[in-house]
Amino acid sequence: MKKGNLTFDNESCKGCDLCASVCPVDILYLDHDRMNAKGYHLISVTDMDKCIGCANCAIICPDSVIKVEVTDR
Amino acid sequence: MIKYERSHGLTEKPTHYCPGCTHGILHKLVAEVLDELGVLDITVGVASVGCSVFSYEYFNCDMQQAAHGRACAVATGIKRSLPDNIVFTYQGDGDLASIGIAETIHAANRGENFTVIYANNTTYGMTGGQMAPTTLLGQKTTTSQDGRNKPSHGEPIKMAEILSQVTGAAYVERVMLTDVSNIRKAKKAIKKAFTYQMEGKGFSLVEVLSTCPVNWKMTPRNAMERVKEEMVPIFPLGVFKDVMTDD
Amino acid sequence: MSKVLMKGNEAIARAAVKAGLDCFFGYPITPQNEVPEYLSKLLPDAGKVFVQAESEVAAINMVYGAAGAGKRVMTSSSSVGIALKQEGISYIAGAELPCVIGSVMRGGPGLGSIQPSQGDYYQATRGGGNGDYHVIVLAPESVQETVDLMKEAFDIADTYRNPVMVLADGLIGQMMESVDLDKPVKKRNLEPKTWATTGMKNHEGRNITNSLFLDSNDLEQHNLKLQKKYNEVIKHETKFEMINMEKAEYVIVAYGTTARICRSSIEMLADNGIHVGMIRPISLWPYPKKAFDLIPKDVKGIMVVEMSLGQMLDDVLISNKGRHKVAFYGRAGGIVPEPEEIVEAIMTFDERVVD
Repeated sequence: MKKGNLTFDNESCKGCDLCASVCPVDILYLDHDRMNAKGYHLISVTDMDKCIGCANCAIICPDSVIKVEVTDR
Repeated sequence: MIKYERSHGLTEKPTHYCPGCTHGILHKLVAEVLDELGVLDITVGVASVGCSVFSYEYFNCDMQQAAHGRACAVATGIKRSLPDNIVFTYQGDGDLASIGIAETIHAANRGENFTVIYANNTTYGMTGGQMAPTTLLGQKTTTSQDGRNKPSHGEPIKMAEILSQVTGAAYVERVMLTDVSNIRKAKKAIKKAFTYQMEGKGFSLVEVLSTCPVNWKMTPRNAMERVKEEMVPIFPLGVFKDVMTDD
Repeated sequence: MSKVLMKGNEAIARAAVKAGLDCFFGYPITPQNEVPEYLSKLLPDAGKVFVQAESEVAAINMVYGAAGAGKRVMTSSSSVGIALKQEGISYIAGAELPCVIGSVMRGGPGLGSIQPSQGDYYQATRGGGNGDYHVIVLAPESVQETVDLMKEAFDIADTYRNPVMVLADGLIGQMMESVDLDKPVKKRNLEPKTWATTGMKNHEGRNITNSLFLDSNDLEQHNLKLQKKYNEVIKHETKFEMINMEKAEYVIVAYGTTARICRSSIEMLADNGIHVGMIRPISLWPYPKKAFDLIPKDVKGIMVVEMSLGQMLDDVLISNKGRHKVAFYGRAGGIVPEPEEIVEAIMTFDERVVD
């Protein structure tokens, strides 16, 4: 079983929410209390420990916001 | 271990595309394929006119910006001059299937050895959502405000099907980007198209069913659903031409 | 090399090959069909590129691509076909690419006729494409001059990174004269094309061929840069010939085939004791305005002769600066005037003065 770690290029995020729609462990959500310089709400993580490093989020992200690293659990 | 990061095939420039627009995903796939095939430094891309007009700022290779509809003619000029380079065009449905349809069909007919990436989102996005040759029957746009109807407008044009009839076309596939599994299939198709170019097999085209959340007045998630539910019945996915497997 | 008898259109093709033509993209249209026909054999035999495009529009865009890729490229067409190319020509000028365009004029407007004319002067010099740009336009009067100007055209295009048009009429395209294809032309030092899109492996950074500058300040700066270039062209590439100016009572202004005919008219007038000189512009853009400063004050008038109803006439009126009376004689419809007509026109000069 893999463990994933996500880092976000927040200034590139456009708050499109597509990543959240494909996360198999449902740990991504658009946080309306956060905003970048362009005024977009940012994608945020509820619990990084649950990330399985599948990279679905990064694959569908149109703006290459997410970097995914994996280690063995 | 890094499982996924920004591709070297893209420049650092943030794109101007709308949130959730599939152009972003498609750019990544083309960039990743060119990088993985090791051909970025011999690639010349041709940007067209539409939302992707600025693609010359996003792909990390030499680029030429073509007049509306003429990318396949420009690509012909480049590839005939530099046959050992990799050449691709990146076009929308207005550019490729309306004003540029002659150039597209004739480049395929001549078997020009370059790759066409065709983003079909049933709309003229850049200019504010007018009817396109691929707009669906009943679809409301700014120039078909009561919905496209057959007597006035005809039916949507199916480029993958048309090009499958052109003998110079070596590889034609239609894909979509609605979920990760389809994104992976789309990347495979794009890689195959460029590989065929590298092997000198002839004209290759990947038609990519795309979204336009803003002009469709939908969220990016719902726009992806529209592709699956409304566009695929009219524009079915699959391989329409493959010289390696056809008789 | 010895002289050979050659048709104008064939000479255009062969001169281009001599000049190192890499690619030709064109489309059939009378009266220049021999140009693509000859090149369809000459170029592939030499391992170069020939494509008969699906339209004149496609052809000019293929030129854009190959020019951006750093090649010596050419297209040729006539009147209506040149009209189709205007967007592409504007793009080529805006993106600062070199290319040569052969234009063999026929009757117009619209489908017109297939007979010779000079009705595309405005199209060539005022440009039908959009924006502040110029096409450098060269007008030969003989098949030999066509060869010389074709060869120079490629060098001029490369020097200034701009489209160059060699403007002939249907008569020059079809007539046969003796030609020396190896007559040398002016030697120029040409910069290597480090800006060409040959792939990042072959140059520094990324090369982009582009004419889009959405920011107004950027676009203005780009346009000012182009204008600076055009000023250099005006300084260095203006070409004209002055004929028989000694004791001239009248001065004819004509180019191309019309100038040839006027040479005969001048001889006929001399036999009748009337001295007439001629300014023969060879570059139509840049127009040889300074030639008009050389017209003696006591010349009775300037007669503009064209195979049109008065297009170069505008440039003569501008260059004349109101100093002399200007008259006009022209034929349209593809009719080529006889030398006697121009003699008659000079004899009736005052009836033909324009306001």
